Amino acid sequence: MTLTAHAGSRTQTAAALSHVDKWYGSNQVLTDVSFRIGRGEIVALIGRSGSGKSTVLRVLAGLSTDHTGERRVDVAPALAFQEPRLFPWRDVRTNVAYGLTRTRVSKAEAQKRAEQALADVGLTDFATAWPLTLSGGQAQRVSLARALAAEPQLLLLDEPFGALDALTRLTMRRLLLDLWREHGFGVLLVTHDVDEAVALADRVLVLEAGRVVHTLDIDTPRRSPGDPSADTERYRTDLLDALGVDI
Amino acid sequence: MILLALWQLGSALRLIPQDVLPAPSLILEAGIELIGNGQLADALHVSGVRVIQGLVLGGLIGVALGTAVGLSRWLESTVDPPMQMVRALPHLGLIPLFIVWFGIGELPKILLVALGVSFPLYLNTFSAIRQVDPKLFETAQVLGFSFWQRFTRIIVPSAAPQVLVGLRQSLAIAWLTLIVAEQINADKGIGFLINNARDFLRIDIIIFGLIVYALLGIGTDAIVRALERRALRYRA
Repeated sequence: MTLTAHAGSRTQTAAALSHVDKWYGSNQVLTDVSFRIGRGEIVALIGRSGSGKSTVLRVLAGLSTDHTGERRVDVAPALAFQEPRLFPWRDVRTNVAYGLTRTRVSKAEAQKRAEQALADVGLTDFATAWPLTLSGGQAQRVSLARALAAEPQLLLLDEPFGALDALTRLTMRRLLLDLWREHGFGVLLVTHDVDEAVALADRVLVLEAGRVVHTLDIDTPRRSPGDPSADTERYRTDLLDALGVDI
Repeated sequence: MILLALWQLGSALRLIPQDVLPAPSLILEAGIELIGNGQLADALHVSGVRVIQGLVLGGLIGVALGTAVGLSRWLESTVDPPMQMVRALPHLGLIPLFIVWFGIGELPKILLVALGVSFPLYLNTFSAIRQVDPKLFETAQVLGFSFWQRFTRIIVPSAAPQVLVGLRQSLAIAWLTLIVAEQINADKGIGFLINNARDFLRIDIIIFGLIVYALLGIGTDAIVRALERRALRYRA
């Protein structure tokens, strides 16, 4: 696989949580959460609303600090939210360049790399557009470009396609896989979409009431959306069963 | 336009007594006279400098305090209550006090304008900063913005439109304050021009002076509205 050349072996850890507990007041929202993400690996985290998916991601991203247990992040992470969260008063290119804030490159260099990232997500022509003029899918691609601008080795995605229409979601899935093949970053994908998890991930974790209740390895190679196989069906059924959904 | 024509016609037919309300043509003549002998330019200069000095002083204080209180809960609990108490005082009512404290020179006029101007800017800046989308701050944290970067990249552009609304209110108050302050004790400026005209029963000059005040108010408001459009140009 080409991705090993970019990001090292999957046996090397990109990030891991072990025995993480977290409380909001007297409410325990995470209980003994442990898992690891290998380099270049795509791990999906699925669960119902309120199961603690986003909290896990926030702990990994360092946005939440009052947890117990161990958090380990060995590579440079980047995060994209469910909403694009662009800065409406700056053009698209500057928004993407903001993704390079930590790298402390010069402004000119940041703009250049922002254009490169925009080209990656197919939005070269929108560099000077205002964010509010973009469609939902375009804005989410800008958000992805901002996260990718600093060439992270781990991408944390919090329901990144959750607010998009069904057709745009399929396009975005495809885009994410293309980018992943090109750059080889690891991904933690938080989603409530079983099909999305099966289509994209190497491994799926099912979260329920703050616990990882099920882990599923996806062994078949990634297929394009709308090309189901017997395996895909089996994985779907398995995950829906773990989520307690009757079909 | 029609109103102006009726006014002129009524004056010509002597339906409007000219010692109460002179015809538009007479007011225009008075205006030309004041422009010609340089009195208007002198008065505009003096009044303009007063407004600008008061606006800059009061604006800086209002925006600085509004920013500080908007950013700090601690300052909100210590600075905001006294500010609200001072705000409850009608600032024009302080004129006698200001005369006693600061005399009848430029200082009390400028300070009065500054006082009137500072509150709308304080209140609008304060609330503008509190209304910045917290999700953008979280995004800033993820992207690793420094405090200064959060300030320049998020707080300033996000708060600017509402601060400009405050500036428009402040400008209206600035002119109003100046008019009152100049009526009472001034030997220069547009207010003095009007007061002086009263002593000589030059109603045409009084009305012309009022029109100048109105035009100044409209003009400065138009400038701020242009700034608002620029600050909001990203809104498609």
